[in-house]
Amino acid sequence: MTTVDLESIYREESRHVLATLIRLLGDFELAEDALHEAFLAAAEQWPREGLPRNPRSWLISAGRFRAIDVVRRRARYDASLQRLAHQSTMSEELNLDLNYIPDDDLRLIFLCCHPALSLEAQIALTLREACGLTTEEIAQAFVAKPPAIAQRIVRAKAKIRNAGIAYELPSEEDLKQRVQGALFVIYLLFNEGYEASFGEALIRTDLCSEAIRLAREIVEILPEPEIYGLLALMMFHNSRRGARAGPSGELILLGDQDRSKWDHSEISQAQVYLKRALSPGNMGRYACEASIAQVHAAAASPEETDWAKIVRLYDALLHIEPSPIIEINRAAAIAMRDGPAAGLEIMDDIISRGALSDYRFAHAARADMYRRLGRIEEARAAYAHALTLTQQEAERRYIAGRIAELG
Amino acid sequence: MKYACFIFGDDEPLPEGEGQKLYDDSIAYHEELARKGHLVALDALEDADTATTVRRRDGKLLMTDGPFAEIKEHLGGFFIIEARDLNEAVRIAGDHPAARWDSIEIRPVREMPKPA
Repeated sequence: MTTVDLESIYREESRHVLATLIRLLGDFELAEDALHEAFLAAAEQWPREGLPRNPRSWLISAGRFRAIDVVRRRARYDASLQRLAHQSTMSEELNLDLNYIPDDDLRLIFLCCHPALSLEAQIALTLREACGLTTEEIAQAFVAKPPAIAQRIVRAKAKIRNAGIAYELPSEEDLKQRVQGALFVIYLLFNEGYEASFGEALIRTDLCSEAIRLAREIVEILPEPEIYGLLALMMFHNSRRGARAGPSGELILLGDQDRSKWDHSEISQAQVYLKRALSPGNMGRYACEASIAQVHAAAASPEETDWAKIVRLYDALLHIEPSPIIEINRAAAIAMRDGPAAGLEIMDDIISRGALSDYRFAHAARADMYRRLGRIEEARAAYAHALTLTQQEAERRYIAGRIAELG
Repeated sequence: MKYACFIFGDDEPLPEGEGQKLYDDSIAYHEELARKGHLVALDALEDADTATTVRRRDGKLLMTDGPFAEIKEHLGGFFIIEARDLNEAVRIAGDHPAARWDSIEIRPVREMPKPA
């Protein structure tokens, strides 16, 4: 008897095995059943016969043969399964590579992030199939009921099958747009985890590492600058995770964080990625945001932050992607560079246009500028307004604390 | 796979000259579809105010004036194409000249037995 750590092999291999099986079998659900069967067989044989030399190939081949059996048996009764039986059985004749190839992982990610699926479905499917999270874990991460998530995934798979969404890499002409779509899903995953990554919600911090892992996986096969940009951005943010929460789980904003608690090895890794994201004369959205995060990361204290550079980068970001939220951030940076009065003037102008009158960060930022100007009553009113717009407990406590400080 | 593509648009008139251009471009587009072997069927529909909706309940035939769903956009035409997968169907439908003004719903066809 050999001891085999099947659980860690599952964690390591299952997504790759699944990705290859979908390609070989031509069907999502058949591939999932095959994956399951392959691990059952492994649990039975490996402790007896020892670990195979290449567990991944072993699992792929075991899964494929079991699926072929199933399909052959079923196809006798169900004519609609004959095409499937053909592809599954004929993988060799169809000239398919029977081994894992790295493209398989990419194909799976692009399938999960296909724009013909709803964004909710893309997110759930990515976590389930490309990250290997269980339905329960996904439900927990999104504060939803497991049956609701399960149904979302079942529907998405039914659409993939019935609408004929192909398991293939995007064509040359679609690639740019499809990469943007996948990056958007990954960044949403990351933010979902990051926004709530203090206090007890531990599973949500997993979303951050999964998002980073997915982006790494894509960039290894597809070394595009924007993917490096997103990777750098997520890692700069992630490096501050240990400094964002106080002892009782309260939110600590960038300016008040203990910078020695930042993960400096993650910061230097992010810096390497950012360099690859910056090509001369052509800066993408994520690379630009990552550059802003880098300026913060490079400052030993809040006072030493190069605000002039941050304002310049926000100007560039607004050029790439005009958005009132970015204007608000730019106004806050100007308040740091030129003083709160200058920031407030721009901020009031943005809010008076009406676009962001319900955006809590805008009111919190205004409140902060009033406070620094010593206009206490106006600061109090703006904080109170921000408080009415905030659902999240840690944020509420943060704002309430600021109001209390005003005296 | 076969995909049915339904063209939905509002009744707003197109800018001067664009209606004729849309018609001419559509004819050329259809020819291109046929030449590449994608075309299965196509036609345009008369305006939505010519529609009649019919249903039979408890043996009784009920008829209402107008299209089935009262929405701003109406079904204005359809075409059925042969495509390798949804990606190709999206590419083909996205090239339809009407896609610049209208929205095109793409639905995979579930084939029914056809009489000989």
